Amino acid sequence: MATAQTRAAARLMAAPAVLLLLAWMVIPLGMTLYFSTLRYNLLMPGMEVFVGFENYEFFVTDPAFWIAFQNTLVMVGSILVITVGGGILLALLLDQPIWGQGVVRLMVIAPFFVMPVVSALVWKNLLMHPVNGLFAWLARSAGFTPIDWLSQVPLLSIIMIVSWQWLPFATLILLTALQSLDREQQEAAEMDGAGPGSRFWYLTLPHLSRAITVVILIQTIFLLSVFAEILVTTGGGPGNATTTITYLVYVQALLQFDVGGASAGGVIAIILANIVAIFLIRSIGRNLDR
Amino acid sequence: MGKIELRAVRKAFEATEVIPDLDLDIEDGEFAVFVGPSGCGKSTLLRLIAGLEDVTSGRIDIDGRDMTRVAPAKRKLAMVFQSYALYPHMTVRRNIGFPLKMAGLDRAAIDRKVEDAARILNLTPYLERRPGELSGGQRQRVAIGRAIVREPAAFLFDEPLSNLDAALRVNMRLEISELHQKLGTTMVYVTHDQVEAMTMADKIVVLNAGRIEQVGSPIELYSRPANRFVAAFIGSPKMNLIDGREAERQGAAAIGVRPEHIRVSRDEGAWKGTVTVVEHLGSDTFLHVDVPGVTSINARTPGEYGIKPGEPVWLTPEEGRIHRFDREGRAL
Repeated sequence: MATAQTRAAARLMAAPAVLLLLAWMVIPLGMTLYFSTLRYNLLMPGMEVFVGFENYEFFVTDPAFWIAFQNTLVMVGSILVITVGGGILLALLLDQPIWGQGVVRLMVIAPFFVMPVVSALVWKNLLMHPVNGLFAWLARSAGFTPIDWLSQVPLLSIIMIVSWQWLPFATLILLTALQSLDREQQEAAEMDGAGPGSRFWYLTLPHLSRAITVVILIQTIFLLSVFAEILVTTGGGPGNATTTITYLVYVQALLQFDVGGASAGGVIAIILANIVAIFLIRSIGRNLDR
Repeated sequence: MGKIELRAVRKAFEATEVIPDLDLDIEDGEFAVFVGPSGCGKSTLLRLIAGLEDVTSGRIDIDGRDMTRVAPAKRKLAMVFQSYALYPHMTVRRNIGFPLKMAGLDRAAIDRKVEDAARILNLTPYLERRPGELSGGQRQRVAIGRAIVREPAAFLFDEPLSNLDAALRVNMRLEISELHQKLGTTMVYVTHDQVEAMTMADKIVVLNAGRIEQVGSPIELYSRPANRFVAAFIGSPKMNLIDGREAERQGAAAIGVRPEHIRVSRDEGAWKGTVTVVEHLGSDTFLHVDVPGVTSINARTPGEYGIKPGEPVWLTPEEGRIHRFDREGRAL
């Protein structure tokens, strides 16, 4: 019975939760915007002065910013390509009827449940370590000189670690999409003379387009803010080789104690994320309408 | 160009045998209908011919050539699926042209053939639409279009009308029959609806539990059913089957009389009974009559017949139209 009173009561009941969530978002955002216009260093308390856009200028003209910007794009782009490509492949494999399908699927999903810090540490110390790591051992067994992954190819290492974490997510989404592919359509294509390659290209891939869009959009949101993996393994280095925008903001705020500059960096990160989002929605978002 | 021969074809899914040894000939240009209750193996049989299922043993010849182990695409058959199986992201033009594209034809040839097919099927205004923007009947025609552009040796239809509403079904039935007249290509059609079978077929194959019960023209099956199953399955409304004393008097384990072969009278006849239900169709009247010692009998009288439930009535089966069956259900 949705009378005017019950509707009003419902609004009243929901109000505290709504207000709390709103405050949770609006207050930090407002404070960030406010701080970004101040000269605000934790080492010099009580000396906050309004400086307008100086912090922004400072952040953008920092040579590390453009490197971080580039690193972010390379990292996010590569991980998207690897996870979507690998996810499609794995989904196709897991869709085949095999013995022990349930267990295999569970194991493929497993990396997603490992905390970022833990998986980064496992990769750093058990796999990529130049002395004790599995990769180094493999290289030595084959007679090669082991690579010091995290200092020789740091960005690639980060990409590998994060891809490994996100591959299960992509696989899972794409597998469920694959399972909803109509069997009669595939049979019809088979009778129409389409081989496995053509069936994949003309039938499976268009069918997966929506799921691929979802994977790309969701992953982009999370990948732009990758932090723990970088902190634990390379610490943004060597030099700025693995510094992303997110990491740069952290450096600004908590290593240089420059709250004003970090806030400006945060706002710039928000703007960049929105530009990426608009670009993505424009180019692939229409897949969601169909 | 489209003679299909099945020799000792057997199909088993692991331990369960779906089709035990089956022989069947479908002549060139024939409209053959597989009909039977659900789960009788008719769709499986069609899929065996199409090559979508592998035969467990036996041999399938198409056009005089052994096609038993040949891939579906190479059998020169085209299939129309129950769900139409159109490619949802392609326009009608690309859907119909898909088999030609896969065959490696050039664009101009594909366009010409697609437009010819669209003209035959009245699809020309819809060529640039996607399947999602079409009605059920139009989708059905696109599926048929995709089949005819390949100029196959035979068409296979897997219950193509079961997703359409009743009025449209009658229309499409007619269109498919006309298409068969026009193209003269062999067609194999699977349905559970005996009306579709009777109206469209040159040859009906009645299947039950994977076995062929009878093969023949619609009229043969109607007038000389080989057994009780066919007798009960073919014809609408169903044939009245009577066991017991009345059958024994005729020297059979059971007798059958179709509703249209029973004379109804108010004052004289072979069986006296009481009307329980009257169905007025305008063109006909169906009387459900409870005859003591026989069973409930359905009788048809042409035109309007003014009688009410509860009134007595006399029924007389027409001589020579009574079907007699032995204890195993075979016709005598």
